[in-house]
Amino acid sequence: MIKNKNYILRGGRVVDPSRNVDGVGDIGVCDGMICSPEKLQGAEIIDVKGLVVTPGLIDMHVHLRQPGQTAAETIATGTRAAAAGGFTSIVSMPNTNPPADSSDTIEYIRRHARTDGVVKVLPCGCMSKGLKGEEMAPVGSLKNSGVVALSDDGRCIQNHELMLHVIQYAKSFDLPILDHCEDEQLTCGGVMHHGEWSALLGMKGVMSASEEMMVARDIIFSRMADWKVHIQHISTLESIELVRNARKRKLRITAEVTPHHLALTDEKIKTFDTNFKMSPPLRSADDRQAVLTALKDGTITVIATDHAPHTETAKLVEFDFAPCGIIGLETAIPVCFTELYHSGILSLSELIAKFTTGPAEVLNIDAGTLAEGKPADITLIDPELEFTVDKETFLSKSSNSPFHGTKVKGKAISTIVDGKFIYRDGTLVG
Amino acid sequence: MSITKNVKWSKKDLLSIYDLTAEEINIILDTAEEFKKVSQRNVKKVPALRGKTVVNFFIEPSTRTRMSFELAEQRLSADIINISASTSSLKKGETLLDTVRNIEALQADLIVMRHSAPGAQSFIAKHVSAGILNAGDGAHSHPTQALLDIFTIREKKGSLKGLNVSIIGDIVHSRVARSNIWGLLKLGANVTVAGPSTLVPREFEKIGVRVCHNREAALEGADVVNLLRIQHERQRGGFFPSIGEYSRFFGLNADAAKYLNPDALIMHPGPINRGVELDSSLADGPQSVILEQVTNGLAVRMAVLFLVAGCLEK
Repeated sequence: MIKNKNYILRGGRVVDPSRNVDGVGDIGVCDGMICSPEKLQGAEIIDVKGLVVTPGLIDMHVHLRQPGQTAAETIATGTRAAAAGGFTSIVSMPNTNPPADSSDTIEYIRRHARTDGVVKVLPCGCMSKGLKGEEMAPVGSLKNSGVVALSDDGRCIQNHELMLHVIQYAKSFDLPILDHCEDEQLTCGGVMHHGEWSALLGMKGVMSASEEMMVARDIIFSRMADWKVHIQHISTLESIELVRNARKRKLRITAEVTPHHLALTDEKIKTFDTNFKMSPPLRSADDRQAVLTALKDGTITVIATDHAPHTETAKLVEFDFAPCGIIGLETAIPVCFTELYHSGILSLSELIAKFTTGPAEVLNIDAGTLAEGKPADITLIDPELEFTVDKETFLSKSSNSPFHGTKVKGKAISTIVDGKFIYRDGTLVG
Repeated sequence: MSITKNVKWSKKDLLSIYDLTAEEINIILDTAEEFKKVSQRNVKKVPALRGKTVVNFFIEPSTRTRMSFELAEQRLSADIINISASTSSLKKGETLLDTVRNIEALQADLIVMRHSAPGAQSFIAKHVSAGILNAGDGAHSHPTQALLDIFTIREKKGSLKGLNVSIIGDIVHSRVARSNIWGLLKLGANVTVAGPSTLVPREFEKIGVRVCHNREAALEGADVVNLLRIQHERQRGGFFPSIGEYSRFFGLNADAAKYLNPDALIMHPGPINRGVELDSSLADGPQSVILEQVTNGLAVRMAVLFLVAGCLEK
């Protein structure tokens, strides 16, 4: 890596919500850090006119599938997909095989991230041993190995007492809790949202209440423990109301939404295409509207992809038997620019905040800003680039995307990590 | 014989009633009428599907639907193979798609399929060129059952337009209900679904169906009542307190039947739980058309096999 190459990104529209900046300007990069362009006499000038220059994007919800499920994704392919999506930092979920519930596994992930990865991988550790929801994982050791948060994502701790203790204990180690909220008694073998379309299609539905019960629980426990609980992939109107109320009361609750929950609804299931099967399921049009409102009013501060690769073989089965999840790293910016920015729902600054300051605040990490002296993690976005999503172009090892064939507008075209271009003008570098 | 290829039919698969237009439903019913006449002759067999191979692929147990399809195929002179889940290689870990591709490699022309997963046949139909006939997919769809029900109503009443049809029972778990609802709506009937609210989702109102939780209100003024089988395991699932209570409040007995129009038809897709959803006196009474439904099922299945096979030749 050429550490000391200095350059100036000239004439782009700099959008940096961490400093309330939105305007044409220059960004200097010196020794892998952001610096003042005035200090860079004679440095290379890179013309980025017409592009949006943002802090390197953060995706706090990614399944890299390594160790254990490398047929679907690896740290090498997943981080390249991240780079192609404009992400410079990603949080890896711990439901690998074995689950990331020990220092050994976290160290394994970090080692491979260093040797095989191209973006920053921030590991998330398990809340419970083996994701079983029975005993607390070694939270202190996980913290020492470098995890940035705790989650049992894909599962939800059903034992309320254990969950309360995990939240309380995590506070001692300054680790935020990221919770996949699902009351398994109300999931009832459901494969899609419980509502009009499940009634018409005769499919078993996952009730909204399944999520809402656990969101309510987490808010209560967060208040009791006075500690940060972040609701992963929020999907229902009532969950959003609970979070809105909690935030109004200044409780330490945050929430993320996925690009697919803000763009799609359960009607899509009528095609029986398993690339519309995920957990939580695509919800109703009313739920989607509530998501859009919550993004606008600040109830939801984070957009995260829940990038969940599965092989084509695994997905090419009956809808009931298909695994949940879709990939999202390479479609997040195109889908969100189309659905939120070009549609006029969010300003550019509001949208970029969901990928930068929003996740950085939850995780308390030194990222998501173009302030001088910070690591030069930068994303260049062409907001007007129109194209049709084509799964054949994905750098991810999997292609399970519901957006294949969708027309979109806006794309990350260059990604810079610690000052180095790893993705430039739509192509992976090196 | 007088039955010739129908040039207006263009579907290689029969997946659900939702996919059909009113015109297509009528083509099937008209064709079935012709086949019903064939079934009343001394020699009931016609050569319409001679040289065609039909595979009955049942991944969920079935007696009456399978028997009806098999007999329909025999009457059309098709070559038949039967495969059920216990004998298939699905147990060895083969995917459904691979199993069906193997069946197709044996040059099967039509595959009649039943499966527990909603949409399984729709998924398969996208990936193979053989014609797929849905013989039931979970709680989603059972198009030939709805077609034989509608055929029976049309035969007795002349037309479905403006008729009041009430379907009573376990709507939420019923593919028969879902298929009937779409077919009846497309042909202009007024549809009511009824039963306890744990078994009758109110979401059906959004497609123009009356949802009702009172038996007498559902029966009043009905021209047709279709009773659905109540499965005992639903009680264990907590959908209602007991079979006895279900029967008392939602079953059709002589007292409740007084609310029906005098010439109303009483239907049931079978098998009947006598004394639960339907009293014996009514199941065996003059208004019952339950056994005629079974007879008509044969003609309807001959019709759909014939139409779909004709489309494959194009």
